[in-house]
Amino acid sequence: MKTDVQPLPAAVRVRKSASTLTRYWGERGLLHLLALMLTFVFVLPAFWTLSSSLKHPSNIFVFPPTWWPTQPQWQNYVLIWQLSSFGVWTRNSVIVGLFGVLGQSLSACAVAYGFARFRFPGRDLLFLACLSTLILPSEVTIIPQFLLFNELKWLDTLLPLIVPYFLGGSAFFIFLMRQFFLTIPHELDDAAKIDGAGSVRIFFNLLLPLSKPAVVTVAIFSFIHHWSDFFSPLIFLNSKENFTLALGLRYFQQAPVTRGQPKEHLLMAASVTVTIPLIVLFFVTQRYFVRGIVMSGIKG
Amino acid sequence: MAGESATLRLPAFFKISSLSRMRRREAIAGYLWISPWIIGFLVFVLGPMLMSAFLSFNNYTIVDRKWIGIANYVRAFTGDDLFWLSLSKTLIYAGIMVPSSLIISLTCALLLNQGLRLTAIYRTLFFLPSLTPAVAMALLWVWFFQPQFGPLNYLLGLVGIPGPSWLGDARWAMVALVIMALWGTAGGATMVIFLAGLQGIPEELYDAAKIDGANRWQKFAFVTIPALSPTIFFNLVLGIIGALKVFTPAYIATDGGPAYATWFYVLHLYYNGFRYFEMGYASALAWIFFAVVLIFTYIQFRWAGRWVYYEGELRE
Repeated sequence: MKTDVQPLPAAVRVRKSASTLTRYWGERGLLHLLALMLTFVFVLPAFWTLSSSLKHPSNIFVFPPTWWPTQPQWQNYVLIWQLSSFGVWTRNSVIVGLFGVLGQSLSACAVAYGFARFRFPGRDLLFLACLSTLILPSEVTIIPQFLLFNELKWLDTLLPLIVPYFLGGSAFFIFLMRQFFLTIPHELDDAAKIDGAGSVRIFFNLLLPLSKPAVVTVAIFSFIHHWSDFFSPLIFLNSKENFTLALGLRYFQQAPVTRGQPKEHLLMAASVTVTIPLIVLFFVTQRYFVRGIVMSGIKG
Repeated sequence: MAGESATLRLPAFFKISSLSRMRRREAIAGYLWISPWIIGFLVFVLGPMLMSAFLSFNNYTIVDRKWIGIANYVRAFTGDDLFWLSLSKTLIYAGIMVPSSLIISLTCALLLNQGLRLTAIYRTLFFLPSLTPAVAMALLWVWFFQPQFGPLNYLLGLVGIPGPSWLGDARWAMVALVIMALWGTAGGATMVIFLAGLQGIPEELYDAAKIDGANRWQKFAFVTIPALSPTIFFNLVLGIIGALKVFTPAYIATDGGPAYATWFYVLHLYYNGFRYFEMGYASALAWIFFAVVLIFTYIQFRWAGRWVYYEGELRE
């Protein structure tokens, strides 16, 4: 395990090994050309989505396609809230997101603390069991889970999307937090113990504050998962009022909301709206993002 | 504490009564801290696994259950044409998706590692598509691939290529789903992990290669790739598991069609379990799927010793 988890510097290495300056700049030019081409490929679909979301319905099915509407229809972004249950779905997604993140981060930290700081019989075996759930496809457990939630009368509520995350949630986050705790010197715990602190205090007042970067990383990736997840809501939710945004988007795709008129502009506005919170989150927490992904790769 | 040890008939490694008093307190605290995971593991993982294994030997439709032995497995292998079809479609998808995603991600990462000006901007723009939720991504690509009014066929038309119907054409739907998935993953986590791997390669290795007179290609083939092999391996394992589990894009964009061209395994499982409510059969499908994932992962780990190079590892 590397402990070096600094954010990646933007420009890392410049090796000016080329023999002549001309050749050097020629190469740089080619590399920039390649980068621009890739940028074009990555950006074009997003740009098309954004431009479509601002189009008037009469501007949807036209040839050649309009790249940018002359009169951007910003009211499309208002219409989606009026024509569908977007508000309710947003509320549900926010509830699932917040509680899911809370449960997943809290339980991952607590469990990781147990694995990192205590010696008990069977610990390594249990940790191995925990790690091995990483390769278990959720498809194997989804049917019995469905039956269980059916027995509990939890189907068509948000509980199946929240409660399991308070109970361990994800092996990957447990692994990540454990690795982080292991980098914190044990002597700090011992010092606190001598001062009379119990394990609860050590956890909340010492380790968690020191692990803020890792906790934030877990919280971010947990939120993205909950916000984007489609499969579990599809299985566990039935009625429109209980949908999350991801599922609502699918409903919106199929619902006859525009009486035979094109609705691509609305679908695109809805897609953009669902994606924006994640993009904002990315820009606000960029350095945690890279760090989190890199930490996930280091175990390889 | 002798009475305790007599009643606790646990395997040796769970025997906490033989520990000293302090160690025993530590052990109990440890169990308490990991107890959320233990409960969650029993209730949401191990219990459901056993249940699903049991159900896979039953004809189970929620209202009715009957033990039928291995009939569900026999049915999958011999009586369900869509089983083999969905398995082969999934393997084909993974076979196209995983290598192309690794190559494109690595190309992007190499490019971002050249110290170009504007690297930060390129990196952000490559990365942003991977944030799009799967449903939104499928919807936007359905519209982007739209044969008559979509931008893709228009652009192809400009260079004289008549574009196909993409998602509506059985020959092109799979390719379209791969393009869609590449857009959403190539610049994402895979690329960032490659980038971190590239930056972890010690500069001395390149210096040594230079002294030996290696050209640029030789440096790439004999320094970069071997030094990067653990990262490639990691992305390969995760990439294959992810590709085998493909569901949402096909569910939203093609519903497995046209003419079952994108009828992936998990879609088949979903239809059997949650549309036809053949939950016994779907459980058997789930276990076969687990076996497939395990086999692929096992093969990769066995094969890894031949090409993955870990620095500091002792070799014979």
